[in-house]
Amino acid sequence: MSATDKPLLSVRDLKKHFPIKGGILGRTQGMVQAVDGVSFDVAPGETLGIVGESGCGKSTTAKLLIGLTDRDEGDIVLNDRTLGRDMTLRALRRDIQMVFQDSYASLNPRMTILDSVAFGARVQGLDDPLGRARRLMDRVGLAADRFAHRYPHELSGGQRQRVNIARALAMSPKVVVLDEAVSALDKSVEAQVLNLLADLRAEFGLTYIFISHDLNVVRYISDRILVMYLGEVVEIAPVDQIWADQAHPYTRSLFSAMPSMDPDNRTEKPPLAGDPPNPIDPPSGCRFHTRCPLAGPVCKTRHPVLGPRAQGSTHWVACHLHDAHSGHPEAGKVVPA
Amino acid sequence: MTNTLLQIENLDVRFKGARNVHAINDLSLELKQGETLALLGESGSGKSVTLKTLLRLLPEKRTDLGGRIRFDGTDIMTLSGRALRSYRGGDVSMVFQDPGLALDPVYTIGQQIAETVMRHKGISRADAMEVALDMLHRVRIPSAERRMKNYPHELSGGMRQRVMIALALACRPRLLLADEPTTALDATVQIQILLLMRELQREFGMGVIFVTHDIGVAVEISERIAVMYAGQIIEEGTTHEVIRNPQHPYTQGLLAANLHDVARGTRLDAIPGSPPALETRPDACPFAPRCPLVMDACRQALPPTQRPGPRRRVACLRAGEPIPA
Repeated sequence: MSATDKPLLSVRDLKKHFPIKGGILGRTQGMVQAVDGVSFDVAPGETLGIVGESGCGKSTTAKLLIGLTDRDEGDIVLNDRTLGRDMTLRALRRDIQMVFQDSYASLNPRMTILDSVAFGARVQGLDDPLGRARRLMDRVGLAADRFAHRYPHELSGGQRQRVNIARALAMSPKVVVLDEAVSALDKSVEAQVLNLLADLRAEFGLTYIFISHDLNVVRYISDRILVMYLGEVVEIAPVDQIWADQAHPYTRSLFSAMPSMDPDNRTEKPPLAGDPPNPIDPPSGCRFHTRCPLAGPVCKTRHPVLGPRAQGSTHWVACHLHDAHSGHPEAGKVVPA
Repeated sequence: MTNTLLQIENLDVRFKGARNVHAINDLSLELKQGETLALLGESGSGKSVTLKTLLRLLPEKRTDLGGRIRFDGTDIMTLSGRALRSYRGGDVSMVFQDPGLALDPVYTIGQQIAETVMRHKGISRADAMEVALDMLHRVRIPSAERRMKNYPHELSGGMRQRVMIALALACRPRLLLADEPTTALDATVQIQILLLMRELQREFGMGVIFVTHDIGVAVEISERIAVMYAGQIIEEGTTHEVIRNPQHPYTQGLLAANLHDVARGTRLDAIPGSPPALETRPDACPFAPRCPLVMDACRQALPPTQRPGPRRRVACLRAGEPIPA
């Protein structure tokens, strides 16, 4: 995104902490810091990929964006209007729609496909919801004449995901949030749906927020990649830059954990030991310092701030190694790969 | 020349019920001692059914089985009672996809591993606990002494899968069956488990059949790959042969769909359509409706198996032909 582009969607300091209740009195015993101060911009027509391991807050971020979960703090600004100030949730959902991972659970089993696709447009009071739904079904590759009156259980996973995509588009949204939308599909079907998503993006001028754990898929579809770790953004950069040069040690580990696909050159050493820590009680300072191969004393105590790698750079990272004044012994030096 | 550990000949598995499913159709496979084979395929291709058949875990009343399976010379289709119990868990054991479901929530992990060892090796509880502790060390569980007393829910997903592997290997089986053991894990944990399994395989020397839908995982773990489609093996060879020189159009499509090193914005060569439902037994090439190289002959009869090299096979009339762009 260049500096002249005005963002379509801005997220500022989004926070969501879930209380953990327990004990005989059901008192709050702790907080899961699912999303803790996430900020990013998305330009019109851009696709932002969000990656990270389970529990890093990717899906919670998605749910906060369309108001499925109430945020504790932070602003969601769409087209210069701020949710809760000069934009209602209803208006937000007309412009931001979502496709979920589980294609079956996200459809009402008692409604026909056509009714499901038309439902949102009807609720929002748009013209001709049924005609709209039929046209969209044809567009996503499910002939409306054949499929309109079928029920979700009569379709395959790939077909159901096409229904969910059609339903998301029925509102003519500006932004579509795809939360692991192709992860449950078989590889051969996944490729079909990715082709469809790319076509629809070009045709309707859509902006995608694409959440996935599969780095190859994210690389294929995204313009920029945002990396999350334990509820925070640790790195955000254009896809080619981050693919060539990962600035954050966590991003580097995540990328090198990908299977090599080369039988003559298999992975010999795991990039990280252990599982991701629990977001209930995240580590102090930099949340990655417990697993980081390059952690210094400052990492345990001070929290790194997300900022550009160099003046004016579009590659942002939250790591003391990239801040010459952080006090990390290796700070500012070239980080070994 | 290494010995054959497992020989499957013309296996058929059909599930009976309101509708019949021909899950496995004429599957033959050979595994030598100490070999690691990846069974690669998409959902419904019959990978997991093959593993369950090998352990005789399928419900007998609702399943029709045909063909022969021999493990180290013993016919396992006829095993029953004590012999079957000693075969399961003793000679052959299995690691499941979800260790949270496969482990018993009311016993500590130490007790669970020890119970298996006592049952199969007939040793005392104290000795079995020693074995369990040793196994936890071998699967690199930190502070294993303390972990012995933990219940499954107290462990993370990656730790539970390590426990599952320790349990499966505690009786030193000669064949380990792994059903998507890393699919539910995060990428950074998945690679740890794959490397651990590779290391333990070298150490213990058992044969491994590793079921996965992920080509990348198959490349990391296996020496050989068998690709399944519609209950049949449509291509088999060494990992190198299958990845570098895929011969079946389905394997070629699957590799292209993996998106490894695909440039952004280019159109993907997606395989159109979806796999067949298998309500009837395929009498022609099951991939024909989706195949870019299909000919009339493909729709007439099952394709003959071509054998372009030793232990290399492809079930396709047009094996090795490139797919037109």
